[in-house]
Amino acid sequence: MTGPMTRPVLAACAVVLVLLALVPVLESNYLIDLFNEIMIYALFALSLNVIIGYSGNVSFGHAAYFAIGGYTMAILLTTYQWPLLPAFAASVAFSFVASGVVAYFCTRLTDIYFAMLTLAFSMLVWGVAFKWRSMTGGDDGFVGVDVPAFIAERVPFYYFSLVVIAIAVAVLWVICHSAFGRALLAVRENPVRAGFVGINTRLMRWWAFVVAGTFAGIAGSLFAMVHRGMYTESAFWPESATVLIMTLLGGMYSFFGPAIGAASLFLLERLTNEYTEYWPLVLGTILLVILMFLPEGLAGLAKAVRRQILRVR
Amino acid sequence: MDSIIQFVQQDLGNPGLAALLSNPSFAFIQLMNSFSQAMNLFIIAAGLSLIFGVLRVINFAHGAFYMFGAYIVYSVAQEWTGNFWLGVAAAGFGLAVMAVVIERGLFQYIYDKEHLMQLLLTFAVVLILSDVAKIIWGTDQYSVSYPASMKGAVDLGVTVYPTYRLFLIVVGPAIAIGLWLFTERTRFGRLTRAATQDREMLSALGVNVPMIYTGVFILGSVLAGIGGGLAAPFNSPTPGMDATIIVDCFVIVIVGGLGSIWGSFIGAIIYGLVFNYGSVIVPNWQDVFPFLILLAVLLVRPWGLFGKPEGGNA
Repeated sequence: MTGPMTRPVLAACAVVLVLLALVPVLESNYLIDLFNEIMIYALFALSLNVIIGYSGNVSFGHAAYFAIGGYTMAILLTTYQWPLLPAFAASVAFSFVASGVVAYFCTRLTDIYFAMLTLAFSMLVWGVAFKWRSMTGGDDGFVGVDVPAFIAERVPFYYFSLVVIAIAVAVLWVICHSAFGRALLAVRENPVRAGFVGINTRLMRWWAFVVAGTFAGIAGSLFAMVHRGMYTESAFWPESATVLIMTLLGGMYSFFGPAIGAASLFLLERLTNEYTEYWPLVLGTILLVILMFLPEGLAGLAKAVRRQILRVR
Repeated sequence: MDSIIQFVQQDLGNPGLAALLSNPSFAFIQLMNSFSQAMNLFIIAAGLSLIFGVLRVINFAHGAFYMFGAYIVYSVAQEWTGNFWLGVAAAGFGLAVMAVVIERGLFQYIYDKEHLMQLLLTFAVVLILSDVAKIIWGTDQYSVSYPASMKGAVDLGVTVYPTYRLFLIVVGPAIAIGLWLFTERTRFGRLTRAATQDREMLSALGVNVPMIYTGVFILGSVLAGIGGGLAAPFNSPTPGMDATIIVDCFVIVIVGGLGSIWGSFIGAIIYGLVFNYGSVIVPNWQDVFPFLILLAVLLVRPWGLFGKPEGGNA
């Protein structure tokens, strides 16, 4: 992945970054909020891909860490009136610790049992968010997050969120393309062989889980601020399924695929909602089509098209 | 005994536990509630477990099947005929038809795919079915009345107990025994067990394996439909009921062991006991306890209490 591919990827990233930075120029509140949310979900999907695409385990409870990050941020900023930086640091740290504990148990299992255990833990998080009314607001949600004054306006917050997400994605990219990322791929492709060449496969899968959980927590923290609230739906299992679909739609065997998937799905949802209330029906149909005809997602489709074009030439 | 009750009441400050200890008929009602809830859940979970045992697919859409069962009972029993049992029969039949369409149209193509693909395909079916239900029945909450013959209560000596709930307690074990006899004593059941062991060999022996798969899928789905139909009088059909029930079923089948009928039976009873006594002893947190049990079981015996470990568990 590094080497010849690095330069075009960097150039593309720079272009996307500049375009995203120019969004507020359009002076449309709708578009600013839309792109802000797209970026957050892109980070969420990219983080999930560290578990799925790189370590090869399917987490069915990734929403848990998004919700943990979001609720921690909301509660620290509002209930305890912490300043931004300590609150952010604490919510990232808490996502790290929570995913670390869960990962310790989940990495003992593989395959379907791994997926089920992640689902069980996420339902536990959901149960706590749902029932701990005095702290989380229960099923009414945590409403009215106090966002610090200097980023309380829409445009400053947009830039804040852009900077945080850009840094987070860059760090993720470095992690995934380091020796660690390569070792993870080895674990995904052949755990037995990876073990024979001296890779501690369980430890690698633990780290993949924790990296994923921590970055999901960052995405969740930003989500709580952009919405000025946090709701139990963010921890419920269909949310975990949605982010899985984003990852799959974009293509889980490429680093940026999930971000593209998140953006496509999000835009599609907005578009569909203009015409019909039956978005799940549309989403289900899209999902069926991907699974039946495009198992490698949009990124895979792009690769196939490129191959075709090259062959024609 | 009185001193223990006083200790619980005053020092532990737990009126629920004290009430359980001091009032036997209250404790007994909780026991009966646990069993009747457990038996209803068992009917649904057994279907899920049966399908997994043979097809090796964890069907997220099972909850949607349950929801359709409940809605069909509402339409047939409440709106058209007024006969509850006709409604339950219609729910079973409706689900059989849906099962054939879904298995032949979609699921048969994914048996060899990765588990992620299978999970997501069944999730796609969940999304589609939940909206189809909304298109047909809207977003109202419907109430279904108890069958006429079971509206009253029976005097059990210790206490009186609703007839319909007693009926559930009886029907659950009956279905469990029926399923057991079916898998152990009939030719189709034997072929089903053979299909879980070695599909290629069975097919080489000239058995129509795809037909067994379809048959098992129908049976499992019909159980979900009937379970939903029987639940309709106390669980009003409403959108979103599919997402909650499927998680309860996961807890039950994983605790009991995926693919084991008696595992689901015991898993359901454990779930019922924990949920009902939990709601008395630590009110409000009863929804969280089943997950704690699930975690405990997954950590010690990931294949469940009655399941068999699969190869390749790292």
